[in-house]
Amino acid sequence: MDTLALSRWQFAITAMFHFIFVPLTLGLSILVAWMESRYVATGEETFLKMAKFWGKLFLINFALGVVTGITMEFQFGMNWSAYSRYVGDIFGAPLAIEATLAFFLESTFIGLWVFGWDKVSKKTHAAAIWLVALATNLSALWILLANGWMQHPAGYVLRNGRAEMTNFFAVATNSYGWLKFLHTVLSGYVVAAFFVMGISAWHLLKKNEVNFFRHSFRIGASFGLAASLLVVLAGDFHAREVAETQPSKFAAIEANWKTQSNRAYSLVRIPDVKRERNYIDTLKIPGLLSFLAFGSTKARITGLKDIRADLRPPVMITFLSFRTMITLGFLFIILAIFAFVYSRRRELETRRRFLYIMLYAIPLPYIAAQLGWIVAEVGRQPWIVYGVLKTKDAVSSAVSPAQAWTSLAAFTVGYGALAVVDVYLLGKTARKGPDDLVAGYGAAAPAGEERP
Amino acid sequence: MIFRVIWFILWTVLWAVYFMLDGFDLGAGMLYPFFARDENLKKDILNTIGPVWDGNEVWLITAGGATFAAFPTTYALMFSYLYSAMLLLLFSLIVRGVALEFRGKAEGQNWGKTWDLAFFLGSFLAALLLGVAFGNIFKGLPMDAHGYHGSLLGLLNPYGLLAGVLFVLLFAVHGALWLSIRLPGIDKAKKASALAGRLWYPLLLAAAGFLVYTAFATHLYANYLGYPLLWVLPGIAAAAILLIKFLTLTGRDMAAFLASCVTIVAVVFTGVAGLYPDLIPSSLDPAYSLTLFNSSSSVYTLKIMTVVAVVFVPAVIIYQFWIYRIFGRTNTSGRAEKEKAAY
Repeated sequence: MDTLALSRWQFAITAMFHFIFVPLTLGLSILVAWMESRYVATGEETFLKMAKFWGKLFLINFALGVVTGITMEFQFGMNWSAYSRYVGDIFGAPLAIEATLAFFLESTFIGLWVFGWDKVSKKTHAAAIWLVALATNLSALWILLANGWMQHPAGYVLRNGRAEMTNFFAVATNSYGWLKFLHTVLSGYVVAAFFVMGISAWHLLKKNEVNFFRHSFRIGASFGLAASLLVVLAGDFHAREVAETQPSKFAAIEANWKTQSNRAYSLVRIPDVKRERNYIDTLKIPGLLSFLAFGSTKARITGLKDIRADLRPPVMITFLSFRTMITLGFLFIILAIFAFVYSRRRELETRRRFLYIMLYAIPLPYIAAQLGWIVAEVGRQPWIVYGVLKTKDAVSSAVSPAQAWTSLAAFTVGYGALAVVDVYLLGKTARKGPDDLVAGYGAAAPAGEERP
Repeated sequence: MIFRVIWFILWTVLWAVYFMLDGFDLGAGMLYPFFARDENLKKDILNTIGPVWDGNEVWLITAGGATFAAFPTTYALMFSYLYSAMLLLLFSLIVRGVALEFRGKAEGQNWGKTWDLAFFLGSFLAALLLGVAFGNIFKGLPMDAHGYHGSLLGLLNPYGLLAGVLFVLLFAVHGALWLSIRLPGIDKAKKASALAGRLWYPLLLAAAGFLVYTAFATHLYANYLGYPLLWVLPGIAAAAILLIKFLTLTGRDMAAFLASCVTIVAVVFTGVAGLYPDLIPSSLDPAYSLTLFNSSSSVYTLKIMTVVAVVFVPAVIIYQFWIYRIFGRTNTSGRAEKEKAAY
């Protein structure tokens, strides 16, 4: 493999690994903040215990999100220096803004939250975790505006051999970036909701701390129901935007070969990429695809055959990722509805089979989130900046294949080891439950670094 | 022009503040295995940096992000030319960050020992590599029209290594002084302050050696000959280094720590003032040096970024300062106790 292929693998591995931690951070920060606020408002100890227990899991996850995030920033320069030179004028700004606005806020106040239990008032302490939640979501906004620009470039001009920003407002209000932001943070809320419900389900099955976990489950269920409905809605808006701005990606996610108006949606479809058609194409709903894409059953949709072969993204992986993500998305709604109803009716402990399902459902929203990124990034190929710069022209010329092999191997092994430690710690902490966590304020040790 | 200069200065400020802040927690990490033999003291050390290290490291992320936004060509070439060094730096930072956060989350002797080692190695290597990187930037990188002609081993030249040693010692003293103002209890604080005093001698030696060697290995002094006023910067650095010793001797640890902050900032400014207008000089042909003219973003982007920096960086400084004060409180009683005992 050459440096280009190696760098692409490395970016895919490091970005996907980073995005194991990000979605949980996005959602769980809000849930922990909510729990602590309930404690401040009601004075009920259960809520404090909740904030501490889920907060501890949050921190384990958060630490890896932070350290793997540094890699992402370095990598643009290390492996994609031609890209960085070409678009830095416009792409660097949202990144720097993300650091200045969000990272500082997040990392400073997480320190206060972990170590400040007896140092500030209860209200200030709860405000700290709200600021962390706000900052993580704000950071998602700016990085997705940066990514949104790669997907749908706006507010720039090609000048002096590079893309130069001419309109910051256009970059900051890029509808592609905003829709992607909504869809992404909501997917993170689904991840967090299913994480909380799944772990609660395990404890309910074991009959540990039933009251604590029944309550946690209920918070997760309400949050999860809202998030799983909204994420599909935001995804629908997002897909319409894709149909309009990235016809090649839209054609690939649907494996739509022919340009036609009044396109049907096939519930079952298996593409035959070689012959530029579909092996199986059945259970069609007339006009639905046109309607989904452009709001009219009559609308014309560009097919892959009308896109130059060298400008098409890999169809199979984009198509399958998208279909699987959508299927999972609807599954989450169904599960969340049951979860909501059972927890409202206080029937959870008797629904053992459902609790098992919720336990094993923990990884599913993670998978859906990863698939979403595959659709977004693989579906944009061969472009790194849609219509402006190709991925093959973006790689660093100074990096030798030997260097790229070394770093790829180092990341694979190093991240693999981190994953093992992370799963071990999360599993251990989650199974242990809230028993040994200090219940009150003014306790001897901060939650993060218990003294012996 | 004016915005390019502003960003050259802001770029320097971001790196200087990063070294000033992360410097003490990297330093504490380096001293940790030697200073702390028992578990209680280890936890005390970790608890002094636990609340703040993450916020400190964001200054690095921001310095990197600002380099990307304001000087994209410098960012692109610096990170890709120094690929292997950057990879090592990344892993050092990852390993020490994970060590800090995970060490306290499970028990067992091997668990603790493993993360202790990771924390030490990550802190030491990060400090060394940052020094080596900046030493080589001061010296210039072997680059021309055909790209980069250096290698990882090439970075480990005597001047680069001396800069690495200088950073390690600067941060070690800085870390010891940090511990002297933040460790609870008079004995521990005294021990840390004494350690800073001992480490000060090799630091002085390295700093003096570095100043002299810089005259031979780099062109940094050319600017100083043109604008003698610049000598104020190394003057401040030298005075601050001497003050560190004086203040530790007289038991004023907080003031000594602040003098150490000034030292680090002044050292960075001393180097970068010599670089101007280069961000990274070419050691082969000055025509291929990366300057604030040929590697910067458009003036429009720089203006936007200036607004962002002017509005938000002061806010960051204010709330980070507030956090430092909150976590300083418990130890003021420790310090008071110490001062009382000294009478």
